[in-house]
Amino acid sequence: MPDPQQPGLPDDKSAISAAGAGAATDMAMSEGISLEGQDPQGGGPDTKPRSLWSDAWRDLRRNPVFLISSLIILFLVVISIWPSLIASGNPLSCDLAKSQQGSQPGHPFGFNQQGCDVYTRTVYGARTSVAVGVLATLGVAVLGSVLGGLAGFFGGVWDAILSRVTDMFFAIPVVLGGLVLLSVVTSTTIWPVIGFMVLLGWPQISRIARGSVITAKQNDYVQAARALGASNTRMLLRHITPNAVAPVIVVATIALGTYIALEATLSFLGVGLRPPTVSWGIDISDASANVRNAPHMLLWPAGALAITVLAFIMLGDAVRDALDPKLR
Amino acid sequence: MADLAKNEPAAEATPNVSDVDVVADPTKDEAIAAITAPVERGEPILQVRNLVKHFPLTQGILFKKQIGAVKAVDGISFDLYQGETLGIVGESGCGKSTVAKLLMTLETATSGEVFYKGTDITKLSGRALKAVRRNIQMVFQDPYTSLNPRMTVGDIIGEPFEIHPEVAPKGDRRRRVQELLDVVGLNPEYINRYPHQFSGGQRQRIGIARGLALNPEIIVCDEPVSALDVSVQAQVVNLMEKLQDEFNLSYLFIAHDLSIVRHISDRVGVMYLGKMAEIGSDEQIYDHPTHPYTQALLSAVPVPDPASREGRERIILTGDVPSPANPPSGCRFRTRCWKAEERCATEEPLLAVPQRFTGKDTPAAHESACHFAEEKDVVHAA
Repeated sequence: MPDPQQPGLPDDKSAISAAGAGAATDMAMSEGISLEGQDPQGGGPDTKPRSLWSDAWRDLRRNPVFLISSLIILFLVVISIWPSLIASGNPLSCDLAKSQQGSQPGHPFGFNQQGCDVYTRTVYGARTSVAVGVLATLGVAVLGSVLGGLAGFFGGVWDAILSRVTDMFFAIPVVLGGLVLLSVVTSTTIWPVIGFMVLLGWPQISRIARGSVITAKQNDYVQAARALGASNTRMLLRHITPNAVAPVIVVATIALGTYIALEATLSFLGVGLRPPTVSWGIDISDASANVRNAPHMLLWPAGALAITVLAFIMLGDAVRDALDPKLR
Repeated sequence: MADLAKNEPAAEATPNVSDVDVVADPTKDEAIAAITAPVERGEPILQVRNLVKHFPLTQGILFKKQIGAVKAVDGISFDLYQGETLGIVGESGCGKSTVAKLLMTLETATSGEVFYKGTDITKLSGRALKAVRRNIQMVFQDPYTSLNPRMTVGDIIGEPFEIHPEVAPKGDRRRRVQELLDVVGLNPEYINRYPHQFSGGQRQRIGIARGLALNPEIIVCDEPVSALDVSVQAQVVNLMEKLQDEFNLSYLFIAHDLSIVRHISDRVGVMYLGKMAEIGSDEQIYDHPTHPYTQALLSAVPVPDPASREGRERIILTGDVPSPANPPSGCRFRTRCWKAEERCATEEPLLAVPQRFTGKDTPAAHESACHFAEEKDVVHAA
């Protein structure tokens, strides 16, 4: 609040002399607020400079959907880094005698086909599944939106070439491509699987990004920025990206779930992650053979997968809404 | 301002309005020095010479082949004087908006020159082009697409200062934005609002404030009021007139509404199919039109008085505007003109003071691209 005694504040002396102290303060406050409209140093709550991102963040902090989904994601990240925080056992110590047994004290989720503790494996599986899903989505989103966005913005020959290349990638069947490409890889890390997902996934995002950039760049406000002398970088970052990013966010968050599921498919086919890696995908495909005898073996890892995917989709939804001022 | 038009050298058989004092082959610094030099009121500030824009028509997906061209603007010349408003009228598709985009260098001209204080801006780039852009600003037609929906009003009007940081120091920008809001008649406290929270007229005021931010000398207005309600149109046009006096602006005012153009303009140019048909002071064009197309346009202006409406002649043109991809030979207007003769198909009429009026002190002695130019008062005819 500015000093009520500062010069330029009309009538403050007469207000103080005429009314009691409380009324004078009220008066000075209201005068002060209207004065701040002219004074950038005033910094009252209503005149602080605001931008799309700061408004979006204010909006997100109050959105229960965002809070719930980010709590779930935060929890997943924490147990991915320190699984022993909530699971004391070893996911690889199994006792065949306990194969397919149900819930019992100390082992709330029961045991799987190999007699391993399902709870411990579900907790430890979060690391690979979340890592594969998040890293593949990030890779796809960055590569796809940069390539598609630049092609849409600059157009011309590179756009034509990129469009035909995406057409070719769309023609590759995912499972067949995975069988061919991943069967020659000997690494037991998660990187070949992520690389394969990025390789096959970017054309989808690239097309969406290209389309929404072309729509956004035809708007008059982009022409207006150009007429002001704005550089291509400024037009892309300030005007086109915020107006073209919504469809990419939606598709990317939905794709995140499918990548975790695709990891399960590839693991089931024997070309994805291999034991001793622990992942929800491997557990789901192992359990699916005996789902009628011991459904708990499938339900826990599948439930964890479903909650994870839901959390990311809700997060994407909340971010997209927060970036659209019309929905405020 | 009508006297300006009369001062021009008249009756040359060339569409060139006057000679341009060209800054020949300038270096970047020379160009910037020329651009930033002040111009006296009434001197030409923008001179357009034989400006042409052809949009290629292509076929094929990967290997494109040009099969023709849309001749959107096909050899336009005119001058814009400091402090005046030049109105450009014409029906849809005649190339008005393309002229605006060419002047803003948002499109690259196929040929021809645009001299801003003697410097050809169609050949500028980099720093010099940025300096020109500071001085020529634009107000757009559609207030719903010309403001970024994801930026606050403060960011939209403040963006010119971010692009040209030398205009206002960082700490001063917010105050400048609020001043601009005040100048265009909006509450300075709206600075944190988003465009969708405003009405069409208010949005157009925001667009005008953005155009004013850099203290430009020329504002190109591309149909600035045609998307607004009639009552709001008047407010915005009056605001623009007020700002012109206050900031000593030159306007190029593009519109299809003849009444608005007459209200705001000092001089008026009539375009038809990528060419200038007639140009002169507003009195010359509205009260003494000599080009048949202008006469036809003016005869279609609604008249509020039923009595005078009864008596006046309506010129109803037949046929459609020919395709700009394949315009008629000779005079572009001949396919719809009641005066057309053999000569019109073979010989293109040049934009010049018609021979019969040359040297005469009559309002009809202004430039008109017609072989058979003749005065006809269609507005007051009774």
